[in-house]
Amino acid sequence: MAIKVLNEKCVGCKLCLPTCAQGAITMSDTKKAFIDPVKCNYCGACLDACKKFKAILIQVDRKVSDVDLSLYKGIWVYAEQRQGEIASVVYELLNEGRKLATQLGEELCAVLIGNNVTHRANELILHGADKVYVVDSNCLKDFNDESYSKALVALVEEYKPNIILTGATALGRSFIPKVAVMLETGLTADCTQLDIDEYTKLLLQTRPAFGGNLMATITCPSFRPQMATVRHKVFKKAAKDPNRKGLIITKNIQEDCLLARTKLIDFVKEVESTVNLSEADIIVSGGRGLGEAKNFSLVRELAQQINGAVGASRAAVDAGWIPYSHQVGQTGKTVCPKLYIAVGISGSIQHMAGMQSSENIIAINKDPQAPIFEIATYGIVGDLFEVIPALIAKIKK
Amino acid sequence: MNIVVCIKQVPGTTKVAINPATNTLIREGVEAIVNPFDVYAVEEGIRLREKFGGKVTVIIMGPPQADQAVKTCIGMGVDDGIILSDRAFAGSDTLATSYTLAQGIKKMGGADVILTGKQAMDGDTAQVGPGIANWLDIPFVAWVKKIEDVNLAGKTIRVERMMDDGYEVIQSSLPMLLSVVKEINEPRIESMRGKMKAKSYKPVIWNAKDIECDPDFIGLRGSPTLVNRVFVPVRSGKKEIIEGATVEAKAESVVNKLRAAKLIN
Ligand SMILES: Cc1cc2nc3c(=O)[nH]c(=O)nc-3n(C[C@H](O)[C@H](O)[C@H](O)COP(=O)(O)OP(=O)(O)OC[C@H]3O[C@@H](n4cnc5c(N)ncnc54)[C@H](O)[C@@H]3O)c2cc1C
Ligand SMILES: Cc1cc2nc3c(=O)[nH]c(=O)nc-3n(C[C@H](O)[C@H](O)[C@H](O)COP(=O)(O)OP(=O)(O)OC[C@H]3O[C@@H](n4cnc5c(N)ncnc54)[C@H](O)[C@@H]3O)c2cc1C
Ligand code: SF4
Ligand code: SF4
Repeated sequence: MAIKVLNEKCVGCKLCLPTCAQGAITMSDTKKAFIDPVKCNYCGACLDACKKFKAILIQVDRKVSDVDLSLYKGIWVYAEQRQGEIASVVYELLNEGRKLATQLGEELCAVLIGNNVTHRANELILHGADKVYVVDSNCLKDFNDESYSKALVALVEEYKPNIILTGATALGRSFIPKVAVMLETGLTADCTQLDIDEYTKLLLQTRPAFGGNLMATITCPSFRPQMATVRHKVFKKAAKDPNRKGLIITKNIQEDCLLARTKLIDFVKEVESTVNLSEADIIVSGGRGLGEAKNFSLVRELAQQINGAVGASRAAVDAGWIPYSHQVGQTGKTVCPKLYIAVGISGSIQHMAGMQSSENIIAINKDPQAPIFEIATYGIVGDLFEVIPALIAKIKK
Repeated sequence: MNIVVCIKQVPGTTKVAINPATNTLIREGVEAIVNPFDVYAVEEGIRLREKFGGKVTVIIMGPPQADQAVKTCIGMGVDDGIILSDRAFAGSDTLATSYTLAQGIKKMGGADVILTGKQAMDGDTAQVGPGIANWLDIPFVAWVKKIEDVNLAGKTIRVERMMDDGYEVIQSSLPMLLSVVKEINEPRIESMRGKMKAKSYKPVIWNAKDIECDPDFIGLRGSPTLVNRVFVPVRSGKKEIIEGATVEAKAESVVNKLRAAKLIN
């Protein structure tokens, strides 16, 4: 494995410099790009920047799979469910999956795994699935990483999909990595954008890394299926067509093939409001600016008025004003609602990492220099103890 | 009890920006640290040893300079550290990383409990932990916020796993792997004695051959994913500061805008 710049081809345009996350590229005295082989991790990002001049060369013999990739067809959406309740991200994936299916001229399928879930399959068809693969078994009653992975792998081995999309939920991000390793294929985490490359027909999977400060577009050229987990709320939900027809394919798997070494003992619901933070369309978050625990009621009331969920900065959580499950940010939840209202939150990098991809951000802070205003759609400079009651009064009107 | 903690060395900040003068990517505060989530895993490993006896070893795949991260953990009270380092590991995606770490753990003779952080601060995928468990063919539980009970004789463990809307209590057989969230504990700081030990501590370094890696599964060659493009996102914030003579006027203006955009009723 080696990387080099072909000096005769390099025109010194510096286009490659900003693409290197490792800081491995510098310009030499002779105005040619120079790549430090120790810093370089062979990610290939600079190759793309130098497409025009083809001055950068990575010599690598990548492993290629020995299976015929053209046998793999169709876009699959993993239909996450718990207690038979289909996660809303599934409908978002069906919408985006349809777009990809049209671009590729392939079919869109959903995969439903669980116990007593077969009756939910039609719902997936009405939302756009051409086919639904179902594994319905007693030993899939509670979600379990091992059993669910085995069921999904069995389906993949039999029906060979081209692409598998899964919601980047706590559940999806727990068991899909195992599936990818079992299949020895690539998996891109937490994507916020999907596309098909016009020429190679590969799935272009774009995702934030470095806490949202860097975006990376990732492909999986020589293995199948191409797998991605996808963040909630990035895509619109698929519309329901009550007349849609589709095919339901049930696969029976012997129970002893689905055995697991972990067991669910209990589930304790914890979120104080009924709205799930990661799935909420509107979130009102409070920070240290609230001053003390009882003032959180202001945030709660505003949230209630506009049907929002309640979030918090780490400072508010650490102060014990609200449980950790409400924390937004790098060490808390990553959220992407339509509307995020930050109340008395300064906008630390770590907090922004969890909410900066929200569609609309309203910041309320008394300090006009607070960094949160940098990413806000609308900012209100003022004392939250005056602004929030005024907002509530206007909304009630 | 034999405990292994996987730690990653990451840049001390995730702040990245383009330097307009040189057009290069700059990372402020480039000093490397132990991935913040992994510090909780290290702490939990030490607590398990304090309760059940045995040994805690950290393992890290990275350049030889990763010994700084190992030293931090030794300072906290970890017994030993192993670095997997080889040019052939460069370019690893999560499939190759988890394979390599699994090979290292096999060479160590396995473990009763393997701990990882929830995710790394830079790559952010949270895929390495479940991957290692699969290569080792052991069960795993992600997002653990509490270890309720360990039954060494019966070879079982009971943990609480964070979900989006609450937590699950899960029982697993041992050996197993778990990834921890920050709620699990309050990590200790390095002790004076630990720091002294860390100063002269030299971690074991193994290369690809030492841990019997199949060259088809490591580094760029063993990585099915390819990073095609890396770019700094453009912030779409309109950055409009609402003007108004009174608080009421400002509030009215915002509420009108939100209603016009159909964001609220
Ligand atoms: C490894 C690591 C991980 C972290 N992870 C997270 C995370 O996941 N999430 C997170 O949020 N943080 C996280 N943090 C912490 C983060 O760095 C900040 O400390 C935290 O976000 C600050 O919270 P805050 O904005 O509420 O408080 P502050 O930064 O103290 O801001 C309070 C703001 O309120 C304003 N204010 C005060 N009074 C009023 C008033 N009366 N009216 C209006 N405005 C007022 C002030 O002007 C100020 O801007 C992490 C830190 C580290 C080191
Ligand atoms: C911008 C960017 C985007 C990327 N996107 C992807 C992607 O979508 N899919 C993909 O497969 N790869 C991706 N990679 C590559 C990936 O970052 C590396 O494979 C990395 O070695 C491990 O992944 P992670 O940092 O996400 O770790 P995570 O899986 O988030 O780490 C989880 C835990 O595993 C342990 N761990 C992780 N790495 C090590 C290590 N080197 N040594 C010891 N313990 C460790 C730690 O306990 C850590 O807390 C990306 C890289 C970059 C730079
Ligand atoms: S983009 Fe290509 S031509 Fe331009 S400086 Fe880099 S290597 Fe040279
Ligand atoms: S391959 Fe990646 S790490 Fe290496 S020089 Fe190019 S952009 Fe930088």
